Amino acid sequence: MGKFQLITKGLVKENPTFVLLLGMCPTLATTTSAINGMSMGLATMFVLILSNMAISAIAGLIPDKVRIPSYIVVIATFVTLLQFVMQAYTPAMYETLGLFIPLIVVNCIVLGRAEAFANKNSVVDSALDGLGIGLGFTLSLTLLGLVRELLGNGSAFGFKFIQGDGILAFVLAPGAFLALGYLIVLFRKVTAKKNN
Amino acid sequence: MEYILIIISAIFVNNILLSQFLGVCPFLGVSNKLSTAVGMSGAVCFVITLATLVTYLLQYYVLNPLGIGFMQTISFILVIAALVQMVEIVLKKVSPALYQALGIFLPLITTNCAVLGVALIVVTKEFTFGGEPHLLNLGESVVYAFATSLGFGLAMTLFAGLREQLALNSVPKAFKGIPIALVTASILAMAFMGFSGLV
Amino acid sequence: MAVKSSFKNMVLCLFVICLVCSGLLAGVYALTAEPIRKAAEAKTNNAIAVVVPEFTGAPVMGTVNAGGKDYTYYTVSNKGLVSGYAIKTSSVGFGGPLELMVGLTADGVIYNTSVLSQSETPGLGAKCVEPSFAGQFVKFDPSKKKLAVKKDGGDVDAITASTITSRAYCVALENALDAYKAIVAGSSAAADDTCADEGCCGTCAENSCGMDCQGDVCQVEEGGCSGDCSSCSSSCEEACGECANESNE
Repeated sequence: MGKFQLITKGLVKENPTFVLLLGMCPTLATTTSAINGMSMGLATMFVLILSNMAISAIAGLIPDKVRIPSYIVVIATFVTLLQFVMQAYTPAMYETLGLFIPLIVVNCIVLGRAEAFANKNSVVDSALDGLGIGLGFTLSLTLLGLVRELLGNGSAFGFKFIQGDGILAFVLAPGAFLALGYLIVLFRKVTAKKNN
Repeated sequence: MEYILIIISAIFVNNILLSQFLGVCPFLGVSNKLSTAVGMSGAVCFVITLATLVTYLLQYYVLNPLGIGFMQTISFILVIAALVQMVEIVLKKVSPALYQALGIFLPLITTNCAVLGVALIVVTKEFTFGGEPHLLNLGESVVYAFATSLGFGLAMTLFAGLREQLALNSVPKAFKGIPIALVTASILAMAFMGFSGLV
Repeated sequence: MAVKSSFKNMVLCLFVICLVCSGLLAGVYALTAEPIRKAAEAKTNNAIAVVVPEFTGAPVMGTVNAGGKDYTYYTVSNKGLVSGYAIKTSSVGFGGPLELMVGLTADGVIYNTSVLSQSETPGLGAKCVEPSFAGQFVKFDPSKKKLAVKKDGGDVDAITASTITSRAYCVALENALDAYKAIVAGSSAAADDTCADEGCCGTCAENSCGMDCQGDVCQVEEGGCSGDCSSCSSSCEEACGECANESNE
């Protein structure tokens, strides 16, 4: 697999949200607007790239039986790092995403990539894999956030172009499930057409 | 009175699955059959309550006095992982019947964000039950954790029941599996919104 | 390729990883502690700057107790005269605590408000941060208008479908007004204390002028007070009026 494919596979073929259906909690909870979704995606990508690289580097030194706990400690370290950096330099976004920043630790995407890719591949490849999957996750979250923001609030990326209220339910919990459900259907339709 | 408010709020108003989106992975993953959903709920209930108790003590009697609050995320997730392992071992020895019922779900629970989520909520979020905003004390935390997991169980069981019925219907091809489940969850979440304002 | 899973290896491996990770975290924590503190400070200062009239110098922090609750407030002054107070206040909203910074001018009129934190429903109660709702509290005079939503017979337009949040906002403002009264009462009480200690006037700073004229002392003289309060706008007589009479008796 070429280096370029490592990055692009996360966008469509192995899209973590629409195809692999991983990391549903932050996907549903933080996409009340496009900006929030994008920030969550970027935060996850940051952890994903760093933890992939670190785990790929130390994988040979870890006894097989304590593999998972070791990975979790490494991931948790980078998540805490991210918490400090966000608190210091983007405090408003840190407050908006709140609980879901520490919860990146238990995001199945991060541990999943460590187990499925990083511990068998080189540091560079693992970083590219993290970048690719992270980009796919960011794009999906931004898209979902954009749809919910458009329908629920009549704005995109905070820029309001429809006066008045939108369909409020889309900003609230039911809209998250509904919008994600329909986006997956749309994604399936589009990719199925391409394959034919 | 305050405990009743906490319980109603955690089960219905702020349902962990349908309004806070914690633990959605098992919600979508193991809700195909009612029996597995009930098993999973039981295991989650057990672990959330126990984990919250332990992490609460960890936060207030180890992390805070030592001034190492920055180890919060790491220590919580390690404690939860260790706890799940221990519960598995103890359950195997003490009650093979219960282990039979819950055993296969236990390994999945470490990465269930509901567990870490609730553990973090009780030590960071200010609640307004009974007037002034305040952090929960030990008793309230455990009650909150237990009620939250009951809410998890309620949503999970309802949802699994719905999905069992859905399996008998003809669903458009593109909607098969997760999408139709998400649409169903959306309607269920809408129903739960009716509880808002209750507490 | 992986190291053998012997007990010694496993323990050693986990121990080393935990050690390295906690070392790394402690280091980054120490590095970011200062920026994090600054960010929190900047947030408070921005909120203060929004809610009070123009001021010079740094806001002075204090605490006051009103109705059994402790409030943190910031006194701001313009050229030595107290020009307003920014009071941190909270109430119980729909989704959780609602925390506000409320600015009042020295004469007790609400100058502006700013939401510090809220957990209201997005699209409904969360609109309390928008000018369409919060704007009506700019220059809100509680002596002329009633601080309650129209449904409760007041003069505040509630957010559509979010009466609870709107009420909570009013309660938080009400609390701020209580705190304001306590602050004003407290500052005159403080003046009395000074009198008891020093026989008469004490210092200008502690009486009425604000921080700028600390060190300018009023002296007890026959028939009243006099002294150098040149940096304050009020005279010594004004500042110490009541006590002067007392000590002369």
